[in-house]
Amino acid sequence: MITRSDIPLRVINSSPEAIAKAKARARRSFRQIRTENVFRRSLMIMGLLMIILVLGICLTLAWQSRLSISALGPKYLWNKVWDPVQDIYGAWPFLLGTLLTSFLALIISIPFSISVAIFLGEYHPKGWLPNFLKNAVELIAAVPSVIYGFWGLAVLVPIVRSFESSIGVVPVGVGIFSSSLILAVMIIPYAASLGRSMISLVPSHLKEAAYGLGATRWEVIRSVVLPYTKSGLFAGILLSLGRALGETMAVTMVIGNTSAIPKSIFAPGNTMASVIANEFTEADKPVYLSALIELGLVLFLVTIVINLIGKRVIDRFTNE
Amino acid sequence: MKQNSFKIHRTLAAGAFFAIISMSLVSCGGGGSSSGSDSTAAGGSTDNMLTGAGSSFDNPLFSKQFSEYDKVNNQKINYQSVGSGAGISQLTAKTVEFGASDAPMNGKQDSAISAPVVHIPVTEGAVVLSYNLPEVKDTLKITPGVLADIFLGTITKWNDPKIAADNKGVKLPATAITIAHRSDGSGTSNIFTTYLSKVSKDWNDKVGKGSSVNWPAGLGGKGNEGVAGLIKQTPGAIGYIELAYAVQNNMAYAKIQNKAGNFITPSIASVTAAANIQIPADTKVSLTNTDAADGYPISSFSWIIIYKEQKYGDRTLDRATRLVKLLQWMIHDGQQYSSALTYAPLSPAAVSAGDAVLKSVTFDGKPILQ
Repeated sequence: MITRSDIPLRVINSSPEAIAKAKARARRSFRQIRTENVFRRSLMIMGLLMIILVLGICLTLAWQSRLSISALGPKYLWNKVWDPVQDIYGAWPFLLGTLLTSFLALIISIPFSISVAIFLGEYHPKGWLPNFLKNAVELIAAVPSVIYGFWGLAVLVPIVRSFESSIGVVPVGVGIFSSSLILAVMIIPYAASLGRSMISLVPSHLKEAAYGLGATRWEVIRSVVLPYTKSGLFAGILLSLGRALGETMAVTMVIGNTSAIPKSIFAPGNTMASVIANEFTEADKPVYLSALIELGLVLFLVTIVINLIGKRVIDRFTNE
Repeated sequence: MKQNSFKIHRTLAAGAFFAIISMSLVSCGGGGSSSGSDSTAAGGSTDNMLTGAGSSFDNPLFSKQFSEYDKVNNQKINYQSVGSGAGISQLTAKTVEFGASDAPMNGKQDSAISAPVVHIPVTEGAVVLSYNLPEVKDTLKITPGVLADIFLGTITKWNDPKIAADNKGVKLPATAITIAHRSDGSGTSNIFTTYLSKVSKDWNDKVGKGSSVNWPAGLGGKGNEGVAGLIKQTPGAIGYIELAYAVQNNMAYAKIQNKAGNFITPSIASVTAAANIQIPADTKVSLTNTDAADGYPISSFSWIIIYKEQKYGDRTLDRATRLVKLLQWMIHDGQQYSSALTYAPLSPAAVSAGDAVLKSVTFDGKPILQ
């Protein structure tokens, strides 16, 4: 901490004007330092608030779900039945549904998001078409999820249904597959935007050196650009996975909402977020309500675990 | 001297800072205490607005009734359409003066509430079975046993002999049956599963009744519109939706056989007829599987729930009287707005039972209505 007395008065001659000038100078620099301190402290407060917020959410979820934790025990996680009438609650079908839809969506979206990132970052960083594409991709992130749900139910589900009947599975239309498709579209912008900015940050002297050695464009991308940006690309993918895990409205509308364990990726299922949204308003028993909140806690913990694993993978990549 | 002025400046700044902090603390405390008094008063305070919360099924009817009531009696009513369960929770917490629910309060809810409550039937709704069979032009007839078997997943094709037995002369396709049910907890599901539990022992043992149940088969859609969407899109689908929604959207719906053995088309008249039965004093009766010979069997009352003793918190007699007067108007004059909105008006038996309940509501031990 710097205080006012730490700033020496530098006086060249001792005329009163010079002393006054020096004092004014000292005051000014002290004011600058003070602003600096205030700024630093407010940054710290903002950061601390974030930590308090996350801890607060976690504690609230844990506290509110104490009733179901004590009544149902750890069996809650792998029990396959969700029956509010008999007060039997098992999160397994929904846990499975959440993980299935999210990872399937991720697998579908990665080729698109990486392609968009390379196209915009490396091939055509400027011009009207890339600009248009960039805005379009960013717009995808801005569309409300209920709109995706409606679009999915009205347009995508009938297409999936006819696709299902052509490959000979029960043509339900709604289900894990449809929701993964919707989710894939919704999460493309996150990986694509981050990937694009990472790729455009690759130092040009690295690329020029590779070109100088006679590398083709594809070779430059494969052995210079992608290795240089892989941690950034992976971080973008992790971000989109987090978005997919928590998505509620669009998924609810196209997943079919059954609490049975999905037998294939075309079967209907349910996700944790969707069950909470569906049943929260009419949960008329304390244990029921508590079991729903515990579902929120499980989703929260799953997200944390996946993020931690992701961080480890990124570290492994960058330390290679 | 300049240094002094700087010091003063700084002291002032610090003082102002502390003043702001302490003010915000004070206002926080004030906010806390004032919100506390709000919750106990439930609007017992200065404004004259009555507050209620609950059933979303009732909301269109209530909006119309409350706006008409306000025109005549200059009484504003704030109704939050948050769902029956949430309405009962809010009444339990005394944050509203009346709750509205599509099901009477269950044992767990009864034990959670601090004082006795009364149920007043305010309107009647029905749940219809809508289906998507483009080939079939006639209205399907369904018996209770067949209906339960379809929803249990034991009847899986439309040309099943059990369905054909009730629909002689109708050419049923060999399409697979796709069941659509509500995915969100709802009063509609409660009425439908209560009915199935009454007519089928299998259903009662395996599934039971509630606003959310563990469905043995089928797809879930969110809200009436979600179920209707699934039915419209899937050939061979059958699902349950509210009568009003089915009528307003021109959806095909089946005739259901009632307890007397008649196949009844759901309509405003047949739903009102379902309530022409002996109604118990507490009005907490389920109209499902009604004894009335011309009544549609999947019908139900919707209730408004209030505390029997209206003196709680800082409520005044005036306020309690205004609430009871409103409810009295709703079950009499208010009923004229039902039909236009596809709600079934209360049967005479239900109106007189409601009157008796309202007479039993007291303020400080004395009946409010003379």
